[in-house]
Amino acid sequence: MDNLRLQVVDDEQGMRLGVARALRHFRVSLPELDGDFGFEVVEAADGRQALELIGRQAPDVLLLDHKLPDTSGLELLEQIRAMNLDLIVIMATAYASLETAVAATKSGAYDFLAKPFTPEELKDSVRKATRHLMLQREARRLAAEKRQIRFRFISVLAHEMKAPLAAVEGYLRIIKERAAGDDPAVYDHMVDRSLVRLEGMRKMIFDLLDLTAIESGQKKRELAGLDVVEVAQAAVETFLPDARERRVTLTLDAPAPAPLFADRGEIEIILNNLISNAIKYNRDGGSVTVSVAGGTGRVRLVVRDTGIGMTAADAARLFNDFVRIKNEKTRKIMGSGLGLSIVKKLASQYDGGVSVASEPDKGSVFTVELANARPEAGGPAEAVPAPATAGGN
Amino acid sequence: MSDKSSARTILVVDDDPDVVEQLTLSLAAKGYKVVAAGSQAEAEETLLGLQPDLAIFDLMMENMDSGFVLCHTVKKLYPGTPVILLTAVTAQTGVAFATQTAEARSWIKADTVLDKPARPEQIAAEVARLLRTPVAGDAHAHA
Repeated sequence: MDNLRLQVVDDEQGMRLGVARALRHFRVSLPELDGDFGFEVVEAADGRQALELIGRQAPDVLLLDHKLPDTSGLELLEQIRAMNLDLIVIMATAYASLETAVAATKSGAYDFLAKPFTPEELKDSVRKATRHLMLQREARRLAAEKRQIRFRFISVLAHEMKAPLAAVEGYLRIIKERAAGDDPAVYDHMVDRSLVRLEGMRKMIFDLLDLTAIESGQKKRELAGLDVVEVAQAAVETFLPDARERRVTLTLDAPAPAPLFADRGEIEIILNNLISNAIKYNRDGGSVTVSVAGGTGRVRLVVRDTGIGMTAADAARLFNDFVRIKNEKTRKIMGSGLGLSIVKKLASQYDGGVSVASEPDKGSVFTVELANARPEAGGPAEAVPAPATAGGN
Repeated sequence: MSDKSSARTILVVDDDPDVVEQLTLSLAAKGYKVVAAGSQAEAEETLLGLQPDLAIFDLMMENMDSGFVLCHTVKKLYPGTPVILLTAVTAQTGVAFATQTAEARSWIKADTVLDKPARPEQIAAEVARLLRTPVAGDAHAHA
Protein backbone atom coordinates (compact mmCIF):
# COMPACT_ATOMS: atom_id res chain seq x y z
CA MET A 1 0.00 0.00 0.00
CA ASP A 2 1.22 3.50 -0.84
CA ASN A 3 0.52 6.59 1.22
CA LEU A 4 -0.63 9.76 -0.48
CA ARG A 5 -0.28 13.15 1.17
CA LEU A 6 -3.56 15.01 1.58
CA GLN A 7 -3.40 18.61 2.73
CA VAL A 8 -6.53 20.14 4.20
CA VAL A 9 -6.68 23.95 4.27
CA ASP A 10 -9.46 25.28 6.51
CA ASP A 11 -9.60 27.85 9.31
CA GLU A 12 -12.01 25.75 11.38
CA GLN A 13 -10.07 23.32 13.50
CA GLY A 14 -13.11 21.06 13.85
CA MET A 15 -13.26 20.72 10.11
CA ARG A 16 -9.59 19.79 9.82
CA LEU A 17 -9.86 17.20 12.59
CA GLY A 18 -13.03 15.80 11.03
CA VAL A 19 -11.27 15.30 7.72
CA ALA A 20 -8.24 13.69 9.39
CA ARG A 21 -10.48 11.33 11.33
CA ALA A 22 -12.61 10.38 8.33
CA LEU A 23 -9.57 9.53 6.24
CA ARG A 24 -7.45 7.85 8.92
CA HIS A 25 -8.33 4.28 7.87
CA PHE A 26 -9.63 5.14 4.44
CA ARG A 27 -8.22 3.26 1.47
CA VAL A 28 -8.65 3.76 -2.24
CA SER A 29 -7.85 0.73 -4.33
CA LEU A 30 -7.31 0.97 -8.07
CA PRO A 31 -7.19 -2.56 -9.44
CA GLU A 32 -6.48 -1.32 -12.98
CA LEU A 33 -3.20 0.18 -11.75
CA ASP A 34 -2.61 -2.57 -9.25
CA GLY A 35 -2.54 0.15 -6.59
CA ASP A 36 -3.87 0.55 -3.06
CA PHE A 37 -3.63 3.96 -1.41
CA GLY A 38 -3.97 5.33 2.11
CA PHE A 39 -3.76 8.97 3.20
CA GLU A 40 -1.49 10.96 5.43
CA VAL A 41 -3.40 14.13 6.35
CA VAL A 42 -1.53 17.40 6.97
CA GLU A 43 -3.30 20.57 8.10
CA ALA A 44 -3.08 24.28 7.37
CA ALA A 45 -5.30 26.95 8.97
CA ASP A 46 -4.81 29.73 6.43
CA GLY A 47 -3.30 30.63 3.07
CA ARG A 48 0.14 31.51 4.42
CA GLN A 49 0.46 28.19 6.29
CA ALA A 50 -0.90 26.35 3.27
CA LEU A 51 1.80 27.75 0.96
CA GLU A 52 4.50 27.16 3.55
CA LEU A 53 3.49 23.49 3.86
CA ILE A 54 3.30 23.06 0.10
CA GLY A 55 6.73 24.63 -0.24
CA ARG A 56 8.13 22.07 2.19
CA GLN A 57 6.46 19.12 0.50
CA ALA A 58 3.80 19.25 -2.19
CA PRO A 59 0.73 17.17 -1.36
CA ASP A 60 -0.93 14.77 -3.78
CA VAL A 61 -4.44 15.89 -2.90
CA LEU A 62 -5.36 19.38 -1.70
CA LEU A 63 -8.69 19.92 0.07
CA LEU A 64 -9.15 23.66 -0.02
CA ASP A 65 -11.75 25.76 1.78
CA HIS A 66 -13.19 28.54 -0.32
CA LYS A 67 -13.16 31.07 2.51
CA LEU A 68 -9.91 31.63 4.38
CA PRO A 69 -8.99 34.35 6.90
CA ASP A 70 -6.06 35.84 4.94
CA THR A 71 -7.04 35.10 1.34
CA SER A 72 -9.73 33.42 -0.72
CA GLY A 73 -9.57 29.84 -1.86
CA LEU A 74 -9.72 31.01 -5.46
CA GLU A 75 -6.71 33.29 -5.09
CA LEU A 76 -4.74 30.56 -3.36
CA LEU A 77 -5.73 28.16 -6.13
CA GLU A 78 -4.33 30.58 -8.72
CA GLN A 79 -1.03 30.82 -6.84
CA ILE A 80 -0.75 27.06 -6.52
CA ARG A 81 -1.56 26.55 -10.15
CA ALA A 82 1.28 28.89 -11.09
CA MET A 83 3.65 26.57 -9.21
CA ASN A 84 2.88 23.84 -11.70
CA LEU A 85 2.68 20.99 -9.22
CA ASP A 86 1.53 17.45 -9.74
CA LEU A 87 -1.50 17.53 -7.44
CA ILE A 88 -5.27 17.46 -7.56
CA VAL A 89 -7.56 19.98 -5.83
CA ILE A 90 -10.95 19.55 -4.20
CA MET A 91 -12.72 22.80 -3.26
CA ALA A 92 -14.91 22.89 -0.18
CA THR A 93 -17.37 25.74 0.12
CA ALA A 94 -20.34 26.74 2.20
CA TYR A 95 -21.70 29.06 -0.46
CA ALA A 96 -21.90 26.66 -3.37
CA SER A 97 -22.78 29.20 -5.99
CA LEU A 98 -22.52 28.37 -9.64
CA GLU A 99 -20.10 31.26 -10.28
CA THR A 100 -17.70 30.04 -7.61
CA ALA A 101 -17.81 26.57 -9.08
CA VAL A 102 -17.10 27.82 -12.58
CA ALA A 103 -14.27 30.10 -11.43
CA ALA A 104 -12.65 27.33 -9.37
CA THR A 105 -12.91 24.82 -12.17
CA LYS A 106 -11.23 27.32 -14.47
CA SER A 107 -8.41 27.60 -11.97
CA GLY A 108 -7.91 23.87 -11.98
CA ALA A 109 -10.08 22.49 -9.18
CA TYR A 110 -11.12 18.93 -9.94
CA ASP A 111 -14.15 18.52 -7.66
CA PHE A 112 -16.48 20.31 -5.22
CA LEU A 113 -17.73 19.55 -1.79
CA ALA A 114 -20.64 21.57 -0.48
CA LYS A 115 -20.30 22.35 3.22
CA PRO A 116 -21.36 20.77 5.44
CA PHE A 117 -20.42 17.42 3.99
CA THR A 118 -20.67 13.96 5.49
CA PRO A 119 -17.62 11.67 5.85
CA GLU A 120 -19.10 9.54 3.07
CA GLU A 121 -19.33 12.51 0.71
CA LEU A 122 -15.74 13.40 1.54
CA LYS A 123 -14.52 9.85 0.89
CA ASP A 124 -16.43 9.70 -2.38
CA SER A 125 -14.79 12.86 -3.59
CA VAL A 126 -11.32 11.80 -2.42
CA ARG A 127 -11.80 8.43 -4.13
CA LYS A 128 -12.73 10.06 -7.44
CA ALA A 129 -9.88 12.57 -7.22
CA THR A 130 -7.30 9.92 -6.32
CA ARG A 131 -8.35 7.76 -9.21
CA HIS A 132 -8.13 10.68 -11.60
CA LEU A 133 -4.73 11.76 -10.28
CA MET A 134 -3.20 8.30 -10.42
CA LEU A 135 -4.52 7.57 -13.93
CA GLN A 136 -3.07 10.87 -15.08
CA ARG A 137 0.30 10.01 -13.58
CA GLU A 138 0.24 6.56 -15.18
CA ALA A 139 -0.61 8.07 -18.58
CA ARG A 140 2.30 10.48 -18.24
CA ARG A 141 4.65 7.67 -17.26
CA LEU A 142 3.59 5.62 -20.29
CA ALA A 143 4.04 8.60 -22.61
CA ALA A 144 7.57 9.16 -21.28
CA GLU A 145 8.38 5.48 -21.74
CA LYS A 146 7.10 5.63 -25.30
CA ARG A 147 9.25 8.68 -26.01
CA GLN A 148 12.23 6.79 -24.62
CA ILE A 149 11.60 3.80 -26.89
CA ARG A 150 11.15 6.07 -29.88
CA PHE A 151 14.38 7.87 -29.07
CA ARG A 152 16.29 4.59 -28.88
CA PHE A 153 14.73 3.46 -32.15
CA ILE A 154 15.77 6.64 -33.89
CA SER A 155 19.35 6.53 -32.62
CA VAL A 156 19.76 2.92 -33.73
CA LEU A 157 18.20 3.83 -37.06
CA ALA A 158 20.63 6.71 -37.52
CA HIS A 159 23.50 4.34 -36.88
CA GLU A 160 22.16 1.76 -39.33
CA MET A 161 21.95 4.46 -42.01
CA LYS A 162 25.40 5.83 -41.30
CA ALA A 163 27.25 2.61 -42.16
CA PRO A 164 26.08 2.29 -45.80
CA LEU A 165 26.41 6.04 -46.26
CA ALA A 166 30.03 5.94 -45.13
CA ALA A 167 30.73 2.99 -47.42
CA VAL A 168 29.33 4.75 -50.48
CA GLU A 169 31.04 8.02 -49.61
CA GLY A 170 34.34 6.23 -49.15
CA TYR A 171 34.10 4.58 -52.57
CA LEU A 172 33.14 7.84 -54.25
CA ARG A 173 36.21 9.58 -52.78
CA ILE A 174 38.48 6.79 -53.95
CA ILE A 175 36.94 6.91 -57.42
CA LYS A 176 37.17 10.70 -57.57
CA GLU A 177 40.83 10.70 -56.63
CA ARG A 178 41.58 7.64 -58.79
CA ALA A 179 43.25 6.36 -55.66
CA ALA A 180 43.11 2.69 -56.61
CA GLY A 181 45.41 2.61 -59.61
CA ASP A 182 44.72 2.34 -63.31
CA ASP A 183 42.65 -0.82 -63.59
CA PRO A 184 39.07 0.18 -64.50
CA ALA A 185 37.73 -3.16 -63.20
CA VAL A 186 38.66 -2.08 -59.67
CA TYR A 187 36.48 1.00 -60.03
CA ASP A 188 33.63 -1.00 -61.56
CA HIS A 189 33.67 -3.17 -58.50
CA MET A 190 33.47 -0.08 -56.26
CA VAL A 191 30.50 1.21 -58.20
CA ASP A 192 28.79 -2.17 -57.84
CA ARG A 193 29.44 -2.25 -54.09
CA SER A 194 28.06 1.29 -53.77
CA LEU A 195 24.90 0.27 -55.60
CA VAL A 196 24.50 -2.76 -53.33
CA ARG A 197 24.80 -0.56 -50.23
CA LEU A 198 22.37 2.00 -51.63
CA GLU A 199 19.89 -0.76 -52.46
CA GLY A 200 20.19 -1.94 -48.86
CA MET A 201 19.49 1.58 -47.65
CA ARG A 202 16.50 1.89 -49.92
CA LYS A 203 15.10 -1.38 -48.63
CA MET A 204 15.55 -0.15 -45.07
CA ILE A 205 13.68 3.06 -45.79
CA PHE A 206 10.82 1.11 -47.39
CA ASP A 207 10.67 -1.29 -44.44
CA LEU A 208 10.67 1.69 -42.15
CA LEU A 209 7.71 3.19 -43.97
CA ASP A 210 5.84 -0.12 -43.69
CA LEU A 211 6.61 -0.24 -40.00
CA THR A 212 5.51 3.34 -39.39
CA ALA A 213 2.28 2.76 -41.29
CA ILE A 214 1.48 -0.30 -39.18
CA GLU A 215 2.39 1.26 -35.86
CA SER A 216 0.61 4.57 -36.36
CA GLY A 217 -2.55 2.76 -37.41
CA GLN A 218 -3.06 5.60 -39.85
CA LYS A 219 -2.82 3.57 -43.00
CA LYS A 220 -6.32 2.65 -44.10
CA ARG A 221 -6.69 -1.09 -44.16
CA GLU A 222 -8.62 -2.45 -47.09
CA LEU A 223 -10.20 -5.52 -45.61
CA ALA A 224 -11.91 -8.00 -47.90
CA GLY A 225 -12.44 -11.70 -48.29
CA LEU A 226 -9.46 -13.15 -50.17
CA ASP A 227 -7.75 -16.46 -50.85
CA VAL A 228 -4.32 -16.52 -49.18
CA VAL A 229 -3.26 -19.29 -51.58
CA GLU A 230 -3.71 -16.91 -54.47
CA VAL A 231 -1.64 -14.21 -52.73
CA ALA A 232 1.04 -16.81 -51.96
CA GLN A 233 1.11 -17.93 -55.59
CA ALA A 234 1.78 -14.36 -56.72
CA ALA A 235 4.49 -13.92 -54.07
CA VAL A 236 6.21 -17.15 -55.06
CA GLU A 237 6.19 -16.08 -58.71
CA THR A 238 7.74 -12.73 -57.78
CA PHE A 239 10.65 -14.47 -56.10
CA LEU A 240 11.29 -17.19 -58.70
CA PRO A 241 14.05 -15.18 -60.45
CA ASP A 242 15.87 -14.56 -57.13
CA ALA A 243 15.54 -18.24 -56.25
CA ARG A 244 16.85 -19.32 -59.63
CA GLU A 245 19.84 -17.04 -59.25
CA ARG A 246 20.72 -18.75 -55.97
CA ARG A 247 19.87 -22.16 -57.49
CA VAL A 248 17.22 -22.56 -54.82
CA THR A 249 14.02 -24.51 -55.56
CA LEU A 250 10.97 -22.50 -54.54
CA THR A 251 7.67 -24.38 -54.29
CA LEU A 252 4.17 -23.70 -53.05
CA ASP A 253 2.29 -26.39 -51.18
CA ALA A 254 -1.38 -25.42 -51.01
CA PRO A 255 -3.83 -28.24 -51.65
CA ALA A 256 -6.99 -26.21 -51.02
CA PRO A 257 -8.11 -22.55 -51.01
CA ALA A 258 -7.49 -20.69 -47.75
CA PRO A 259 -10.08 -17.92 -47.38
CA LEU A 260 -9.32 -15.09 -44.99
CA PHE A 261 -10.81 -11.69 -44.25
CA ALA A 262 -7.70 -9.54 -44.62
CA ASP A 263 -5.82 -6.66 -46.21
CA ARG A 264 -4.12 -8.05 -49.29
CA GLY A 265 -1.14 -5.68 -49.01
CA GLU A 266 -0.43 -6.84 -45.45
CA ILE A 267 -0.53 -10.52 -46.38
CA GLU A 268 1.82 -9.75 -49.25
CA ILE A 269 4.29 -8.03 -46.93
CA ILE A 270 4.29 -11.03 -44.57
CA LEU A 271 4.87 -13.51 -47.41
CA ASN A 272 7.46 -11.37 -49.19
CA ASN A 273 9.54 -10.93 -46.05
CA LEU A 274 9.51 -14.62 -45.17
CA ILE A 275 10.20 -15.87 -48.70
CA SER A 276 12.93 -13.31 -49.31
CA ASN A 277 14.67 -14.35 -46.05
CA ALA A 278 14.31 -18.05 -46.87
CA ILE A 279 16.12 -17.49 -50.16
CA LYS A 280 18.75 -15.08 -48.80
CA TYR A 281 19.74 -17.26 -45.87
CA ASN A 282 19.70 -20.48 -47.88
CA ARG A 283 22.57 -22.45 -49.40
CA ASP A 284 23.22 -22.88 -53.09
CA GLY A 285 21.10 -25.74 -54.39
CA GLY A 286 18.79 -25.60 -51.38
CA SER A 287 15.01 -25.37 -51.28
CA VAL A 288 12.19 -23.22 -49.95
CA THR A 289 8.68 -24.54 -49.41
CA VAL A 290 5.74 -22.24 -48.76
CA SER A 291 2.73 -24.04 -47.30
CA VAL A 292 -0.70 -22.52 -46.85
CA ALA A 293 -3.39 -24.31 -44.85
CA GLY A 294 -6.83 -22.88 -44.19
CA GLY A 295 -9.30 -23.50 -41.38
CA THR A 296 -12.51 -21.76 -40.33
CA GLY A 297 -11.54 -18.13 -40.29
CA ARG A 298 -7.91 -19.09 -39.75
CA VAL A 299 -4.89 -19.58 -41.98
CA ARG A 300 -1.50 -21.04 -41.22
CA LEU A 301 1.49 -20.03 -43.36
CA VAL A 302 4.66 -22.09 -43.12
CA VAL A 303 7.89 -21.13 -44.87
CA ARG A 304 10.54 -23.81 -44.65
CA ASP A 305 14.11 -23.46 -45.87
CA THR A 306 17.26 -25.58 -46.02
CA GLY A 307 19.51 -22.67 -45.14
CA ILE A 308 22.06 -21.73 -42.55
CA GLY A 309 19.61 -21.84 -39.64
CA MET A 310 20.40 -20.31 -36.26
CA THR A 311 20.96 -21.11 -32.61
CA ALA A 312 18.13 -21.01 -30.06
CA ALA A 313 19.68 -17.88 -28.53
CA ASP A 314 19.61 -16.09 -31.89
CA ALA A 315 16.05 -17.26 -32.56
CA ALA A 316 14.89 -15.80 -29.25
CA ARG A 317 15.79 -12.23 -30.21
CA LEU A 318 15.06 -12.53 -33.91
CA PHE A 319 11.76 -10.64 -34.00
CA ASN A 320 12.99 -7.41 -32.42
CA ASP A 321 13.66 -4.18 -34.33
CA PHE A 322 17.03 -4.05 -36.10
CA VAL A 323 18.13 -7.47 -34.94
CA ARG A 324 20.33 -9.17 -37.49
CA ILE A 325 22.11 -12.39 -36.69
CA LYS A 326 25.77 -11.63 -37.24
CA ASN A 327 28.15 -14.45 -38.01
CA GLU A 328 30.50 -15.72 -40.66
CA LYS A 329 27.60 -17.09 -42.69
CA THR A 330 25.46 -13.95 -42.69
CA ARG A 331 28.26 -11.45 -43.22
CA LYS A 332 27.71 -10.95 -46.92
CA ILE A 333 23.92 -10.88 -46.69
CA MET A 334 22.21 -7.49 -46.72
CA GLY A 335 19.13 -6.75 -44.68
CA SER A 336 17.42 -3.96 -42.81
CA GLY A 337 16.86 -5.94 -39.62
CA LEU A 338 13.25 -4.82 -39.73
CA GLY A 339 11.55 -7.48 -41.88
CA LEU A 340 10.68 -9.92 -39.14
CA SER A 341 9.55 -7.28 -36.69
CA ILE A 342 7.18 -6.10 -39.42
CA VAL A 343 5.90 -9.67 -39.87
CA LYS A 344 5.38 -9.97 -36.12
CA LYS A 345 3.48 -6.68 -35.88
CA LEU A 346 1.28 -7.54 -38.85
CA ALA A 347 0.49 -11.03 -37.55
CA SER A 348 -0.59 -9.56 -34.22
CA GLN A 349 -3.20 -7.54 -36.12
CA TYR A 350 -4.73 -10.85 -37.18
CA ASP A 351 -5.00 -12.14 -33.67
CA GLY A 352 -2.06 -14.35 -34.52
CA GLY A 353 1.67 -14.56 -34.28
CA VAL A 354 4.88 -15.77 -35.82
CA SER A 355 7.27 -18.39 -34.50
CA VAL A 356 10.46 -20.02 -35.66
CA ALA A 357 12.01 -23.44 -35.29
CA SER A 358 15.59 -23.63 -36.47
CA GLU A 359 18.73 -25.68 -36.42
CA PRO A 360 22.16 -24.33 -37.43
CA ASP A 361 23.21 -25.54 -40.89
CA LYS A 362 19.94 -27.46 -41.34
CA GLY A 363 17.42 -24.69 -41.93
CA SER A 364 14.57 -22.74 -40.40
CA VAL A 365 10.80 -23.10 -40.34
CA PHE A 366 8.77 -19.93 -39.88
CA THR A 367 5.11 -20.37 -38.98
CA VAL A 368 2.58 -17.55 -39.11
CA GLU A 369 -0.92 -17.99 -37.67
CA LEU A 370 -3.58 -15.61 -38.90
CA ALA A 371 -7.27 -15.20 -38.07
CA ASN A 372 -9.92 -13.11 -39.83
CA ALA A 373 -9.28 -9.41 -39.26
CA ARG A 374 -11.99 -7.67 -37.29
CA PRO A 375 -13.85 -5.27 -39.58
CA GLU A 376 -13.99 -2.47 -36.98
CA ALA A 377 -10.26 -2.62 -36.38
CA GLY A 378 -9.36 0.46 -38.39
CA GLY A 379 -6.73 1.52 -35.88
CA PRO A 380 -4.25 -0.29 -33.69
CA ALA A 381 -5.46 -3.72 -32.62
CA GLU A 382 -5.39 -2.88 -28.91
CA ALA A 383 -8.02 -0.17 -29.41
CA VAL A 384 -10.61 -2.86 -30.04
CA PRO A 385 -12.36 -3.87 -26.82
CA ALA A 386 -12.15 -7.56 -26.03
CA PRO A 387 -15.45 -9.36 -26.60
CA ALA A 388 -17.39 -10.19 -23.44
CA THR A 389 -16.84 -13.77 -22.39
CA ALA A 390 -19.54 -15.95 -20.99
CA GLY A 391 -19.29 -16.71 -17.30
CA GLY A 392 -17.03 -13.74 -16.66
CA ASN A 393 -18.45 -13.33 -13.16
CA MET B 1 57.35 4.36 -50.80
CA SER B 2 58.86 2.15 -48.17
CA ASP B 3 60.98 -0.87 -48.74
CA LYS B 4 58.96 -4.14 -48.93
CA SER B 5 61.08 -5.92 -46.35
CA SER B 6 60.56 -3.17 -43.80
CA ALA B 7 56.82 -2.74 -44.49
CA ARG B 8 54.86 -2.90 -41.28
CA THR B 9 51.94 -5.33 -41.05
CA ILE B 10 48.51 -4.10 -39.99
CA LEU B 11 45.66 -6.42 -39.10
CA VAL B 12 42.26 -4.97 -40.09
CA VAL B 13 39.15 -6.67 -38.71
CA ASP B 14 35.61 -5.55 -39.56
CA ASP B 15 32.47 -7.44 -40.55
CA ASP B 16 31.57 -4.72 -43.07
CA PRO B 17 33.41 -5.85 -46.22
CA ASP B 18 33.39 -2.30 -47.61
CA VAL B 19 35.12 -0.91 -44.53
CA VAL B 20 37.77 -3.62 -44.89
CA GLU B 21 38.24 -2.92 -48.57
CA GLN B 22 38.56 0.84 -48.18
CA LEU B 23 40.87 0.62 -45.17
CA THR B 24 43.05 -1.92 -46.92
CA LEU B 25 43.35 0.32 -49.94
CA SER B 26 44.20 3.46 -48.00
CA LEU B 27 46.72 1.74 -45.73
CA ALA B 28 48.35 -0.12 -48.61
CA ALA B 29 48.74 3.21 -50.39
CA LYS B 30 50.74 4.41 -47.37
CA GLY B 31 53.07 1.45 -47.76
CA TYR B 32 51.71 -0.85 -45.09
CA LYS B 33 51.11 -4.53 -45.56
CA VAL B 34 47.48 -5.24 -44.67
CA VAL B 35 46.06 -8.53 -43.46
CA ALA B 36 42.25 -8.52 -43.26
CA ALA B 37 39.70 -10.58 -41.35
CA GLY B 38 35.91 -10.36 -41.44
CA SER B 39 34.99 -11.62 -38.01
CA GLN B 40 36.20 -12.11 -34.47
CA ALA B 41 36.63 -15.83 -35.09
CA GLU B 42 38.64 -15.29 -38.25
CA ALA B 43 40.82 -12.69 -36.49
CA GLU B 44 41.49 -15.00 -33.56
CA GLU B 45 42.71 -17.65 -35.95
CA THR B 46 44.85 -15.16 -37.87
CA LEU B 47 46.44 -13.89 -34.66
CA LEU B 48 47.70 -17.36 -33.75
CA GLY B 49 50.03 -17.33 -36.73
CA LEU B 50 50.70 -13.64 -37.21
CA GLN B 51 52.20 -10.92 -35.08
CA PRO B 52 50.99 -7.65 -36.57
CA ASP B 53 52.75 -4.34 -35.94
CA LEU B 54 49.35 -2.79 -35.30
CA ALA B 55 45.74 -3.97 -35.21
CA ILE B 56 42.44 -2.23 -36.05
CA PHE B 57 39.26 -3.81 -34.70
CA ASP B 58 35.58 -3.08 -35.15
CA LEU B 59 33.83 -3.33 -31.78
CA MET B 60 30.54 -5.03 -32.65
CA MET B 61 30.83 -8.01 -34.93
CA GLU B 62 29.33 -11.44 -34.32
CA ASN B 63 29.39 -10.58 -30.62
CA MET B 64 28.58 -7.24 -29.01
CA ASP B 65 32.05 -7.13 -27.48
CA SER B 66 34.11 -8.75 -30.26
CA GLY B 67 36.48 -5.76 -30.43
CA PHE B 68 37.13 -5.74 -26.68
CA VAL B 69 37.87 -9.45 -26.73
CA LEU B 70 40.27 -9.06 -29.65
CA CYS B 71 42.06 -6.17 -27.87
CA HIS B 72 42.69 -8.45 -24.91
CA THR B 73 43.82 -11.29 -27.16
CA VAL B 74 46.37 -9.10 -28.94
CA LYS B 75 47.73 -7.53 -25.77
CA LYS B 76 48.12 -10.97 -24.23
CA LEU B 77 49.82 -12.58 -27.22
CA TYR B 78 51.88 -9.56 -28.32
CA PRO B 79 52.01 -7.05 -25.45
CA GLY B 80 53.72 -4.22 -27.36
CA THR B 81 51.27 -4.12 -30.27
CA PRO B 82 49.20 -0.93 -30.54
CA VAL B 83 45.46 -1.32 -31.13
CA ILE B 84 42.83 0.98 -32.63
CA LEU B 85 39.22 0.21 -31.77
CA LEU B 86 36.50 1.42 -34.13
CA THR B 87 33.13 1.84 -32.52
CA ALA B 88 29.63 3.14 -33.12
CA VAL B 89 28.66 2.35 -29.58
CA THR B 90 28.38 5.99 -28.59
CA ALA B 91 25.56 6.67 -30.99
CA GLN B 92 23.76 3.47 -30.18
CA THR B 93 23.72 3.36 -26.42
CA GLY B 94 24.69 6.84 -25.30
CA VAL B 95 27.60 5.34 -23.39
CA ALA B 96 30.85 7.01 -24.22
CA PHE B 97 34.30 5.81 -23.33
CA ALA B 98 37.76 6.97 -24.18
CA THR B 99 41.38 6.07 -23.71
CA GLN B 100 42.66 9.39 -22.39
CA THR B 101 43.33 8.13 -18.88
CA ALA B 102 45.66 5.33 -17.92
CA GLU B 103 42.86 3.71 -15.96
CA ALA B 104 40.57 3.52 -18.99
CA ARG B 105 43.43 2.20 -21.09
CA SER B 106 44.07 -0.55 -18.58
CA TRP B 107 40.45 -1.60 -18.83
CA ILE B 108 39.78 -1.24 -22.56
CA LYS B 109 42.95 -2.69 -23.97
CA ALA B 110 43.03 -0.28 -26.90
CA ASP B 111 45.41 2.60 -27.45
CA THR B 112 42.92 4.64 -29.46
CA VAL B 113 39.15 4.51 -29.77
CA LEU B 114 37.67 6.08 -32.90
CA ASP B 115 34.00 6.72 -33.61
CA LYS B 116 32.58 5.06 -36.69
CA PRO B 117 32.40 6.01 -39.44
CA ALA B 118 36.01 7.23 -39.35
CA ARG B 119 37.64 8.66 -42.45
CA PRO B 120 40.46 6.49 -43.86
CA GLU B 121 42.89 9.42 -43.61
CA GLN B 122 41.95 9.89 -39.95
CA ILE B 123 42.72 6.24 -39.31
CA ALA B 124 45.95 6.43 -41.32
CA ALA B 125 47.07 9.43 -39.26
CA GLU B 126 46.39 7.53 -36.05
CA VAL B 127 48.26 4.50 -37.37
CA ALA B 128 51.30 6.65 -38.18
CA ARG B 129 51.19 8.24 -34.73
CA LEU B 130 50.94 4.91 -32.90
CA LEU B 131 53.72 3.31 -34.94
CA ARG B 132 56.03 6.24 -34.14
CA THR B 133 55.35 6.01 -30.43
CA PRO B 134 56.77 3.16 -28.39
CA VAL B 135 53.68 1.68 -26.76
CA ALA B 136 55.36 -0.93 -24.59
CA GLY B 137 55.04 0.01 -20.95
CA ASP B 138 53.33 3.25 -20.06
CA ALA B 139 56.15 5.54 -21.15
CA HIS B 140 54.03 7.52 -23.62
CA ALA B 141 51.50 8.43 -20.99
CA HIS B 142 54.02 10.82 -19.46
CA ALA B 143 55.45 12.03 -22.73
